[in-house]
Amino acid sequence: MDLYEYQAKELFAKHGVPTQPGKVVTTADEAFNAATSYGVPVVIKAQVKTGGRGKAGGVKLAQNPAEAREKSEQILGMDIKGHTVLKVLVTPAEDIKEEYYASILVDRSQRKYLAMLSLAGGVDIEEVAAKTPEKLAKVLLDPLTPLSQQQAIDLAQRAGLSDSLHQSFADLFLGLWRVFSEEDALLVEVNPLALIADGRLVALDGKVTIDDNALFRHPEDAAFADAATVDPLEERAHEKGLHYVKLDGDVGVIGNGAGLVMSTLDVVSYAGESHGGAKPANFLDIGGGASAQVMADGLEIVLSDPQVKAVFINVFGGITACDAVANGIVEAVNLLKVQGKELKHPLVVRLDGNNAELGRDILRKANIPGVELVDTMDSAADRVAELARKAA
Amino acid sequence: MAVWLDSRSRIIVQGITGAEGLKHAKRMTNAGSVVVGGVTPGKGGQSVDLGSASVPVFNSVSEAMAATGANVSVMFVPAAFSRAAMCEAVDAGIPLLVAITEGIPVHDSAFAVSYALASGKTRIIGPNCPGISSPGLSNAGIIPADITGPGPIGLVSKSGTLTYQLMYELSDIGFSTCVGIGGDPIAGTTLIDVLGAFESDPATSMVVMIGEIGGDAEERAADYIRDHMSKPVVGYVAGFTAPEGKTMGHAGAIVSGSKGTAAAKQTALEAAGVKVGRTPSQTARLAREIKR
Ligand SMILES: Nc1ncnc2c1ncn2[C@@H]1O[C@H](COP(=O)(O)OP(=O)(O)O)[C@@H](O)[C@H]1O
Ligand SMILES: [Mg+2]
Repeated sequence: MDLYEYQAKELFAKHGVPTQPGKVVTTADEAFNAATSYGVPVVIKAQVKTGGRGKAGGVKLAQNPAEAREKSEQILGMDIKGHTVLKVLVTPAEDIKEEYYASILVDRSQRKYLAMLSLAGGVDIEEVAAKTPEKLAKVLLDPLTPLSQQQAIDLAQRAGLSDSLHQSFADLFLGLWRVFSEEDALLVEVNPLALIADGRLVALDGKVTIDDNALFRHPEDAAFADAATVDPLEERAHEKGLHYVKLDGDVGVIGNGAGLVMSTLDVVSYAGESHGGAKPANFLDIGGGASAQVMADGLEIVLSDPQVKAVFINVFGGITACDAVANGIVEAVNLLKVQGKELKHPLVVRLDGNNAELGRDILRKANIPGVELVDTMDSAADRVAELARKAA
Repeated sequence: MAVWLDSRSRIIVQGITGAEGLKHAKRMTNAGSVVVGGVTPGKGGQSVDLGSASVPVFNSVSEAMAATGANVSVMFVPAAFSRAAMCEAVDAGIPLLVAITEGIPVHDSAFAVSYALASGKTRIIGPNCPGISSPGLSNAGIIPADITGPGPIGLVSKSGTLTYQLMYELSDIGFSTCVGIGGDPIAGTTLIDVLGAFESDPATSMVVMIGEIGGDAEERAADYIRDHMSKPVVGYVAGFTAPEGKTMGHAGAIVSGSKGTAAAKQTALEAAGVKVGRTPSQTARLAREIKR
């Protein structure tokens, strides 16, 4: 889960990372009031879960409350890389001397943690890393031992930070480490880490990604989730314990196993190339169980996407037996019928693996109008793409 | 011969008294694997019925190893307790630990994997993986044992069901060992580890590698294949249509910015001389052509 800047800064404050006060508001009038209460020039910052807000015009300086209102009006409702701005952060403007970059993240390939510092902050760090890698100091951290003061100072030295700032940087960076380790973060990034006029280092921006798998250790993090930006179908699927990702095509996809479902999306897209551009409407992994209830929940969610014109159920029975899946499909269609939801789109089913023949038999005997069995994954994808286009 | 798992493998199940642990201990036994016991802290002294045999439960991995001569552990412990269970197995010095559990916090996996690497004794496969299977010899994990028989293909994959799909499509040729390394950001065994093992395994004459979006393991594997592999490798990458920034089922399957895309992985693999299939079935056909 990615956090908003203001949420990241809450965690910074909790762990002693110097940051600034701020108020999150949703209207220009509230921004006016917030600016009035600070009594100094403020910065109005779009709260969206993507970087480069500054460049996109989502970060603006306001000299007085009237300007704060005006700038907030411009920023609220703006679209930044597909994210609509619903909230802005009003925060005192700092007199910035220099902008640095600091981060700690999980380095998947080294299977360690990576700490980074660059004096060339403020800008797109990927560009710095690509064009002038010597300006990005890196230290690999062993997951078995917590970050030490000495490691933080080494990093400062390597990045060329002036000696007088080493101690305050180390203190700040140890705070970021606590955010990383104690909050189960996958990424903690500060860009810019600003050196301000009074000589202090302050986190002016913050990006934190929390490990969803660790939420059981951090029940308080539930407050970070925000319904406003979550797709309603994703929300409903999540409540039913299904892993569903909304895409924007017309072929609903249900499968078992993340890899197989990802592969199914690809195969549907390829098939779409010869069927008027049919595309997958969603990712839905029903996992190992595939009981009738899970299948019914899955079908119900996929079918409530108004864009869906046909559905592809692609199952390879490993532990899951295909006869159970077939029974699940039959019962799911019945369950939906009971709820008054007739099967309004064709269902293409491909079953292979454990008890596949039994499963196919069950579906043939059930003879449900609109349900078609196809032998292979590739030809089933082709058929479902064709059906989706016909219906469009 | 096979890789890491063979007829000498003696398996214990961590979490054997849980529903999943018990179910799969039975399945492994039925498939001919030698399951010699299990571990559930606090339930030492009990025994569990695996159908054809009853096996003892121990309080710790070290007790289980001492009493049974186990050299493989398959772990079904709930995510919240997995770090402790993995570290315990490493402390006991088990040579192979297959971590099936899904949903382990990344910091816990990073710790346990580093702990195992530092021990120099334990290889962890997983977590969040289907396990390892050497058809006809032994099966440790949840890979169905009846999909394919033994043969010359080595298979390594980040995905469970895609593993099964390829095993099924190439079952007439057969497999030496199939290794599911799992779909988490941190894996105890990497694609490269498995490729290296297949390169030196006399029973393996070609390799099928199944990757997916996220991270750069496939790109690194491509470099390794170009520089170190003499055996042919056929590849598949899932997730061309995955949107940026969304986790696709596996915790590690995410395209971040321009990083971790399927297209980049395919390009890297092809540049290293790996034939990459567009679909699982086409990948099987490519493997078949090389076999011929
Ligand atoms: N409180 C502030 N005072 C002064 N300038 C700021 C403040 N917050 C941000 N800025 C300026 O705006 C730039 C962009 O803001 P930032 O929070 O980094 O957003 P993004 O990274 O999304 O562009 C910063 O590099 C900094 O120069
Ligand atoms: Mg920034």
